[in-house]
Amino acid sequence: MLILNCPYCGVDVEETELAAGGEAHLKRFGPGASDDEFHDYLFMRENPKGVHFERWRHVNGCGKWFHAARATDTLEVFGTYSAQTTEPPKEIREAITAKRPGWTWREFE
Amino acid sequence: MSEPISALNHASYDGIAKVAECGLQGMITLRGDLSDKVLAKSVKDATGQKVPGQREASVNGDTGVCWMSPDELLVLVPYSEVNAKLAQMTETLSGIHALAVNVSDARAVFCVSGSSAREVMGKLAPVDLSADAFQPGQIRRSRLAQVAGAFWMDDAETFRVVCFRSVADYAFKLLKVAAQPGSEVGVY
Repeated sequence: MLILNCPYCGVDVEETELAAGGEAHLKRFGPGASDDEFHDYLFMRENPKGVHFERWRHVNGCGKWFHAARATDTLEVFGTYSAQTTEPPKEIREAITAKRPGWTWREFE
Repeated sequence: MSEPISALNHASYDGIAKVAECGLQGMITLRGDLSDKVLAKSVKDATGQKVPGQREASVNGDTGVCWMSPDELLVLVPYSEVNAKLAQMTETLSGIHALAVNVSDARAVFCVSGSSAREVMGKLAPVDLSADAFQPGQIRRSRLAQVAGAFWMDDAETFRVVCFRSVADYAFKLLKVAAQPGSEVGVY
């Protein structure tokens, strides 16, 4: 059972109260993007064994979207953070580095 | 003029806790910037309460205000006063970006009371309901089995549960099953 802390409600909520929203920090390229860029935005997803960033929605609660950083192999949660950001905040990255030195995920490390 | 009646018309059940449908409750959903002074004034005028902090519920009987999300409050007023209070709120809020809507008839309210009330709620919602974690003055939006619901405590042994009116019958049956005689777990 995955338990995440909703950063808006400040409570630990379990998976059944949440809705998964897929991979986090997807970047859609602007007007004039090439077909390859659009293809990658639409279809190419990370499928890591280890550190992963995801979007979740506290659907049976405040209804807000937020981000979570967790490990797919151990279900360890490194932290959750606001949805209003395009990259993981520094404290989340540091928390991951403390436990998984040398991690990488897309362009982040 | 037809008489408004609540979803289950005061149905009740006695088991390890008493489950009762509370009848009509005036409810106004208020969305906006909760730090706004004008919004705070509209809440104060309607209920006499301050804007609640995160997960706080300041409820006294059928009047009060509950925190629903970082930009949403649930304002409770007596059913007969809801239109007047809403008009007053809309007037107060006219200058700012906020929205108040009467949702009284879209909801059903239940009261779960008795020494096993925590246990009855604990069977239905994935929430830590131990006395250390959940106390009167707090509200929790969660789910009751398969439907969304919110609840707060009037006192140490009484829960007030709110769900959508369309699922009132389902919610009442859930509460009845959870309150069946002999079904105490004895966790809390």
